[in-house]
Amino acid sequence: MTQAWPTLDSRVLDGLVLAALFLAVWQGLYEYAGDAAITSPLTTVDYASSLVKTANFWTHAQATLAAFAYALVISIALGIVLGLALGFQRFAGDVAEPILVALYTIPKITLYPLILLIFGLGVSAKVAFGVIHGVIPIILFTLNAVKNINPVLIRSSRIMRLSTWQTVSTVLAPAVMPELITGVRVGFSLTLLGVLIGEMFASQRGLGFLIINGINLHNVRITTAVILIVVLFAILANGLLLAFDKRMHRTA
Amino acid sequence: MTRNTAIGLTRIAVIAGSIALVELLCQRKIISPLVMIPPSEMMTSLWHMFGSHKIWDDIAQTFSTVALSFVLSVAAGFGFGALIHALPRVRRALDPLLASYYSIPFFVFYPLLIALFGLNTIPLIVIGFVFATAAMVISTLNGLDRVPRVMTKTARILRLSPARAVWSVTLPAAAPYLFTGLKLALAYSFIGVIAGEFILSGGGLGFSIAYAYNDFDSQTMYALMMFVLLIAVVMNGALHVWEQHMLKKRARA
Amino acid sequence: MNLAVAQAPQTAQAAVHARLRGVTRVFEGKLSVHALGPLDLDLARGEFFSVVGPSGCGKTTLMDLLAGLSEPTEGTITFEGKPVHGEVPDGIGAVFQEDASFPWLTVRDNIAFGLRRAGVDPAEIQRRVDYVIGFMGLKDFTAAYPAQLSGGMRQRVCIARTLVLQPRLILLDEPFGALDQQTRLLMGDELLRLWRETGATILLITHALDEAAMLSDRVGVMSARPGRFIDVITTGWPRERDSAIVADPAFGAVTARLWSLLRSESLKAIGAKG
Repeated sequence: MTQAWPTLDSRVLDGLVLAALFLAVWQGLYEYAGDAAITSPLTTVDYASSLVKTANFWTHAQATLAAFAYALVISIALGIVLGLALGFQRFAGDVAEPILVALYTIPKITLYPLILLIFGLGVSAKVAFGVIHGVIPIILFTLNAVKNINPVLIRSSRIMRLSTWQTVSTVLAPAVMPELITGVRVGFSLTLLGVLIGEMFASQRGLGFLIINGINLHNVRITTAVILIVVLFAILANGLLLAFDKRMHRTA
Repeated sequence: MTRNTAIGLTRIAVIAGSIALVELLCQRKIISPLVMIPPSEMMTSLWHMFGSHKIWDDIAQTFSTVALSFVLSVAAGFGFGALIHALPRVRRALDPLLASYYSIPFFVFYPLLIALFGLNTIPLIVIGFVFATAAMVISTLNGLDRVPRVMTKTARILRLSPARAVWSVTLPAAAPYLFTGLKLALAYSFIGVIAGEFILSGGGLGFSIAYAYNDFDSQTMYALMMFVLLIAVVMNGALHVWEQHMLKKRARA
Repeated sequence: MNLAVAQAPQTAQAAVHARLRGVTRVFEGKLSVHALGPLDLDLARGEFFSVVGPSGCGKTTLMDLLAGLSEPTEGTITFEGKPVHGEVPDGIGAVFQEDASFPWLTVRDNIAFGLRRAGVDPAEIQRRVDYVIGFMGLKDFTAAYPAQLSGGMRQRVCIARTLVLQPRLILLDEPFGALDQQTRLLMGDELLRLWRETGATILLITHALDEAAMLSDRVGVMSARPGRFIDVITTGWPRERDSAIVADPAFGAVTARLWSLLRSESLKAIGAKG
């Protein structure tokens, strides 16, 4: 009888196979295009590990992280508040939802010049870039979480004669939490993307700047290394959030 | 009036009202002309630009790049999606990748792509493609998952050949989800290409916007920004309407 | 208790349409599941045979095997003398419990679907589809989409789509399961009418004992999983029958017999799940 179900071993194996494939493609690109275009996996990892020991790198990394942190906090706060408001005020929510979805599909990069003109060339512009990317999914997910609250939950709390605060804290909050967390997870990735793009276009500081500057100075090594660091960070952070997300959904 | 009508009218009022408000604030110089020009001026500027052939060159370049990226990503996305669906073990291995796909800021690869392929439309197509294909793969997997088992059984009872079964039963059954993939692929292709042109490029609408910005040419810049906005809204709106029309006959009353 | 009332069982003399011998079905997986068998069955040509049994006993599996939708782990299945090997033979039609109407086609296109795929000439398609539409009472709905119809109507469309291909053996897996009782009774009468007019052999899977008792020539009672036939009851009803048969005292006796056989099996099925 053939083994039809995956064991932990086979999943780890499959993951390793994928990683190996990816590295092979990378190495292949390097062989094809040469040093001027991309650095090999080995060189990149080597360079990246020495890069993270330099103070220069951390100056830029801090700039990115600071802008990202501000943008994330604003996106989450704004997103959840607006999402809750639009969710509970049903009419406003129904009016706003298609508008928000449409805004989601517009290339936000077209708003960048406007942002720069309003905020100038500094941290605030980067934070704004991050926010306009991240806030919309958080609003949409929160809005839908509220819309999908099972009415029977509210009736049950009334029957049990819970106070408003009790209803909110012990029934409604846990009910919307899973969807909310998913929204925050998506918002996290998009906020990061927004901040990085902002740095690529209009900044003298930050990891995004390092990436584009590397190309401008024909220093492909630093570009590839910073890309690797950023991607690893994104995957790791998302992995953690995903695990948290899944746990929240299990207890829902 | 029905609730739906009220919602629709309110929405139009909100959008029109916001535009009118901005127009007013710009005319009154409450919003400085250095920051933004009135929407009416944006429209007239755009209108005049249609006379010159520069904008048409940009439109041709951007649209052809987007079209290429879109077609490639839909074909590849559907192909990969169908393939992965048929190979459960591969699917299990790729699942975590697909789940975290959009957390990777793919855009940061763009400069690297330029180093690899040169400052032409290839990096743009690749970026659009990378963005859009995953959405199509995910939608394809979703759609194929949701073909009711009874439909597949019916196809077999009717003794359809495998190719016929896929064409006449599986695809129409999965169509609504595939269409979602199409919408996303188009939106992502568009976003990816415009963003790329904006950051670093030799031509296209995104490039012209960035150029106008650097040149302090608000008239051109805002006209183009408005144009891109309008295209995005019209494109997605048209697909949405088509989708609603397609779904109407299938909606369970 | 022998219930062969008016007529002698026809099975001995009538031609055998389909035959199962020693058929078992085991599903492989993390744990292997012995779903069905070993069982034997002879379906006489033109008879109306029902299968009843507790949930999970393998009734659907039996139908899948007979239709060639899956292969038996052991045993042989023949249809019209030829072996059935995991491929659907010509001449078999099936109606499933879930709605299998294609939501993207109109009623008419749904019904014509099988004929068109088989490359039948358009004039013939038109003729047959029109006939079946009239027969199934769908004349006013030919341009409608399934989503606009009730559950009962949609099942009629599925039955029509099967009929139009003129199958010699029709398999039905709880086709009226989703319908209310009154509609079920009416659909049962329709099924009998269809059976008489087409002369097809019918295998009906149902969990409704009264339905089985009312409609069939013979009823096979299956045990709890792994399903085997504990008994096959012959009702002996005349060919010209409808739901009014419930007035016949023998009807009550058949139903009671079915339940007394099934009761302990059903308890076993629940116990097995606990």
